[in-house]
Amino acid sequence: MIASDAYSILWADLVTLKRRWSRYLITTLISPLLYLVAFGWGLGRGINLNGTSYLEFVVPGIIALTAMTASFNGAGTRLNVDRIYYKSFDECIMAPIKLHSLLLGKALIGTVRGTLSSVAFLIVAMLIAPTIHIGPMFLLGLLLTCITFSFLGVLAALLAKSHEDMGTFSSIILLPMTFLGGTFFSLSQVPLGLKYALYLLPLTHASLWLRAAALDQSLPWTSFLVLLIFFGAFMEGSMIALKKISL
Amino acid sequence: MREMIAISGLNKDYSGKKVVDCLNLGVAQGELFGFLGPNGAGKTTTIRILTTLTKPSSGRVLINGIDVARDPASVKSEFGVVQQHLSLNRDLTIAENLELHARLHHLASDDRAKRIAELLDYVEMADHADYLVDDVSGGMKRKAMIARALIHRPKLLFLDEPTVGLDAQTRRRVWDLIRKMNLDGTTVFLTTHYIEEAEALCSRVGIIHRGKLIALGTPIGLRQKLGMIAVEMQTNENGTEYRYFPDRALASEFIQRLHGAERIVMRESNLEDVFIEITGQKALGD
Repeated sequence: MIASDAYSILWADLVTLKRRWSRYLITTLISPLLYLVAFGWGLGRGINLNGTSYLEFVVPGIIALTAMTASFNGAGTRLNVDRIYYKSFDECIMAPIKLHSLLLGKALIGTVRGTLSSVAFLIVAMLIAPTIHIGPMFLLGLLLTCITFSFLGVLAALLAKSHEDMGTFSSIILLPMTFLGGTFFSLSQVPLGLKYALYLLPLTHASLWLRAAALDQSLPWTSFLVLLIFFGAFMEGSMIALKKISL
Repeated sequence: MREMIAISGLNKDYSGKKVVDCLNLGVAQGELFGFLGPNGAGKTTTIRILTTLTKPSSGRVLINGIDVARDPASVKSEFGVVQQHLSLNRDLTIAENLELHARLHHLASDDRAKRIAELLDYVEMADHADYLVDDVSGGMKRKAMIARALIHRPKLLFLDEPTVGLDAQTRRRVWDLIRKMNLDGTTVFLTTHYIEEAEALCSRVGIIHRGKLIALGTPIGLRQKLGMIAVEMQTNENGTEYRYFPDRALASEFIQRLHGAERIVMRESNLEDVFIEITGQKALGD
């Protein structure tokens, strides 16, 4: 029942997405493509990191941040608007479904959108850097990244009291993470203190996992575990926040 | 008759301010009950508590015998809600909005399409099924919300200011729809600050002011308490004053003794007089 109710929540977004898929993909691909051009082709041309070209290094990082941004916005921004402006979230709360289903459904919206955006970028990136390897471990990490940041979006949307709060959250948390989460540079190049601080960011672990999987390096299972812990914490936090605003 | 809504000792505080103050109220099955009050009186907060959207500070609410706080999941199948603000999903068409609601209320897939068609017919919107929400008028949006609230065949319908912002013609059509639903057996709990709406529709009304229930009865019963005949006296000094009398003879006697009034009108009292007298007196008393 939890899965079918969650699907009902997701269904409405799938209908919308089907209606506007091309517009969604164009909008969501602009930022990662700009990052790819600016960092991969512009700044990074000719840089080599331990035998890997900078382009190959940066593509998994951009996929991680695309997954983060699209999932967070797909779940969080939409939920924030539905809850505070359209009030249509109230209709979901008043439906006879479990709160777990409601949360999962809202998070799946972000996960679907995050996965779609990442895969679309991946297809473009594969044309530019065909040597990166996309296997089951890469896809597993991508899904985990998407659902983790979807739940972060849900949590932020449930805590937000206005649309500005979501903007503030994005500026204070997501934007720094975009640049510092191991996306554009190797953590081995930063001072030790900062390195430990950057390990506290979920995007760092997503980048490490996706990069290792894409470049056929040994997989950082600790990062996978840390991502799982973040996923659990964001999900539990969302449940607590939802219980505070409904019966 | 069995109570569809039973509220006892209900309180709601926001930062120490009492929004609902020891509310006790029962609404019988099949009743069309009007819950009236000025803006900010506590009507919407009460509805939000009854519909599981807001936690009460204390007190107990039973909907069709089910405790709202203890078993919110079960109680949610018992009622439908038409909220004051537009709460349709604007990315979906009218029919898709109904389908989403049907899915969330676990209607079987073969029943869904039939029920959606039936309800769109009921609210005279069959031709607009495939329109996006923003492409239909305010009145149609309101009717679509009513159709959505009815999709799971609820025994109780909450209507929170259902005609706010609608033109007079559309308002009358929504009134007809509310009467029709009530005649079909649905208990209706209606909040409104349009007094004539309550008078036209409701078999019984309660008036809430600053969170307290200050009057309860049939519209005619409340008018009888106040006086069935109203006298309006327009003076230069005090504006318009009102006096109420049990019958025309006493009212005429009073008018004959009057001096200095610019304009005098004798008429039947209405629920608006009751509302203004009661809430006005309370405000002065406070």
